[in-house]
Amino acid sequence: METIGFLMEGFAVALTPYNLMFALFGAFVGTLIGCLPGLGPANGVAILIPLAFTLGLPPETAMILLTSVYAGAMYGGRISSILLNIPGDEPAMMTCLDGYPMAQKGRAADALAISAIASFAGSLIGTIGLIMLAPVLARFALTFGPAEYFALFLLAFATLGGITGKNPMKTVIAATLGIMISTVGIDISTGTQRYTGGVLELYEGIDFILAIVGLFAISELLFFVESRMGKGRSKVEVGKLTLSFKEVVTTIPTQLRGGLLGFVAGVLPGAGASLGSFISYTLEKSVLGKKGRFGEGDIRGVVAPEAGNNGAASGALVPMLTLGVPGSGTTAVLLAMLISLNITPGPLMFTQNADIVWGVIAALLIGNVLLLVLNIPMIGVFVRLLSVPPMYLLPIVTMVAFVGIYSISHSTFDLYFMIVFGVGGFILRKLEIPMVPIILGLLLGPEMEKNLGHALILSDGDWSTLWSSPLAIGLWLVAGLGLVLPTLFGPILRRRMRTAIKEGPVSD
Amino acid sequence: MFIKRTIAFAAVAAFSMSAMAWQPSGKVECLAPADPGGGWDFTCRSVGNVMQTLDLVDGTVQTVNMAGAGGGVAYAHTVSKRKNDDKLIVAASTATTTRLAQKQFPGMDASMVKWIGALGADYGIIAVGKDSKYENLNQLMDALKANPRSVKFAGGSARGGWDHLKVLIAAKAAGAEKLPSIPYLSYNNGGEAMTQVVGGQVDAFTGDVSEATGFMESGDLRVLAVLSEERLPGKFGDIPTAREQGIDALGPNWRGFYMPKDTSADAQQYWVKAIDTLYASEEWKAVMKSNGLIPFHPKAGEFEAFVTNQVQEIEDLSREIGLLK
Repeated sequence: METIGFLMEGFAVALTPYNLMFALFGAFVGTLIGCLPGLGPANGVAILIPLAFTLGLPPETAMILLTSVYAGAMYGGRISSILLNIPGDEPAMMTCLDGYPMAQKGRAADALAISAIASFAGSLIGTIGLIMLAPVLARFALTFGPAEYFALFLLAFATLGGITGKNPMKTVIAATLGIMISTVGIDISTGTQRYTGGVLELYEGIDFILAIVGLFAISELLFFVESRMGKGRSKVEVGKLTLSFKEVVTTIPTQLRGGLLGFVAGVLPGAGASLGSFISYTLEKSVLGKKGRFGEGDIRGVVAPEAGNNGAASGALVPMLTLGVPGSGTTAVLLAMLISLNITPGPLMFTQNADIVWGVIAALLIGNVLLLVLNIPMIGVFVRLLSVPPMYLLPIVTMVAFVGIYSISHSTFDLYFMIVFGVGGFILRKLEIPMVPIILGLLLGPEMEKNLGHALILSDGDWSTLWSSPLAIGLWLVAGLGLVLPTLFGPILRRRMRTAIKEGPVSD
Repeated sequence: MFIKRTIAFAAVAAFSMSAMAWQPSGKVECLAPADPGGGWDFTCRSVGNVMQTLDLVDGTVQTVNMAGAGGGVAYAHTVSKRKNDDKLIVAASTATTTRLAQKQFPGMDASMVKWIGALGADYGIIAVGKDSKYENLNQLMDALKANPRSVKFAGGSARGGWDHLKVLIAAKAAGAEKLPSIPYLSYNNGGEAMTQVVGGQVDAFTGDVSEATGFMESGDLRVLAVLSEERLPGKFGDIPTAREQGIDALGPNWRGFYMPKDTSADAQQYWVKAIDTLYASEEWKAVMKSNGLIPFHPKAGEFEAFVTNQVQEIEDLSREIGLLK
């Protein structure tokens, strides 16, 4: 099979000492970022982007670093869920349900170890799925013309809020803001300047790396300054590892189910890792029914969501790599990085930049092994780092962000712009307007506009071209469903998630 | 005392009057109007290296990147803040003349700097997918003449950008009318545009020959014509020129330099000569070969006229398609 051949070449790229070093570094930093409450995988990757530029990394190394951070953050999210009952990021929410009760029963070490194993299993299943599905989908993507791409971007926007999204209005506002920002600069289909106000620096549009680093990293710093959260958390005792091999074996079916479900949820647009972990947990609860003691510290209640969210993390890479349409916030940030490295995702990338694609996939597999190794014996280190006051971490983040952005363009104008985005992001987050739709609007808006223009040029102005192929019609239908379903079932699903959380962790 | 001073003065005057006397002392700056990694950055870095090996400059040539507005930020910087800096050269290409011609650098035009020379080019091509019904450029142009909407082009530049203009230059040379109605689809880069042509979504591709190498070698892309004066050297030798098919269309995407306006004539002469020497050197030929650059070098003194001419041509075309009022 040629896929195996490509994968071997990928390993050759990923296993060079230089790339391996960055994979290890990314996995470590990612775990750390994941376990800090409030810093999710999207922020984590955004914070590390400037570092890749500061160090002047070659494209494959930069992507390996960022995907390792991504995988690491998905692992790390569970640590604070289990120890503190505070999810490190949104997908780790479900892990609180049984993880924290386990910790309270003095089995924190066991919960951390089994969840690391579950994360590994989920991620492994997801990555294998990615390896099998991505090349097929990439070949299929060659049949996409402008009309199909337009429908696909429409689908991406329709499912933007996701099934679990809270306030659809705010999602729309955020996406619109993103699209508005993206219209600044030259309009390639007419060759004219839009909204530049005669400022030469704006003629090429607003660099989305600037926007991402500003919105995620700088606004994070401002939040820190505001809260003056200088003390850090009190140290948590982990206890001794008592997990038996037999116990691990009994959870294998749970790991398989969770990983697979998570992967599917990750591939689907708009679903993402949070839903992946939720579905896996709910399924596990209904499959095992009375046999389990879910919510009271059942070991499978930790395994299911962790396998689910890590499977989803790999799944979300599929549409991003093959079609250039990200399935989640973090993959959107990764997409932005790819584009600024001058690599166009899609079918071409699998042939022209095979070393990068397969290097990244191989790095995911290697990163998983690294993460498993990091997360079982070295868990004590992360727990200790959890109590490091953020006052030491955030100045470093700020420094890296500024140096990194400056090293891209050597322009102070860009630095001011990044600060503007940071302040803007801070205000928007205060208003509880989500950041991810802004990034998606910024990335996908111009693509959607371009493809609409192209489709109309090709059809000589006939609008019906947009729904003339079966593929396009299918995409329109899914987009319609994506828009309608959340409004119908979203509230129900959210209520169930909330009640699950409420009755779950008993905090005393 | 007086005599001594007069002699000294006369000596200095005589020295500076001789053309070759001026030489940049110390560090020379090469301004690349884009981020590291692009074409202009490459021009600066490789020219800087060769200049140092050939000892054309005493000190070092430092590449400074100044991205923005497709070269506009660097152009404005040269015109306003560095107008008499004789140790500054700025990388330029057809993209620079295109934007100047279309007034995309507000308030600035091509006469505000001194154009010193070109060092090679990448030539435009027009290509179709391997299953296309068009076998040569004439068939394609005949179809365009019969109905300007019958052939749709894809390219990697914005509407009115260089890739679009190449189609118009060729169509005009072939005698097609209604240039503005020829459909042009702009993509973010040449690769994306080529995928659509290879995938059969769009009829024809317009771009530079260096971009198309991969798809040409795999046989997915059939190059109908290259817009050069003669056939290209090496592996591109099989591609017919537009001229030999009776269509007098040229589309060189040259790489070269300009310098600030208010510098001395001596400095200008020095730099023109330096570019000449560099272009003739074996070292530069090796750089061109390894980077797919094709010979292109207007004689000393003719480059300024070439640029003025190209700007005028692009301006006329842009006006014709309604991009300029």
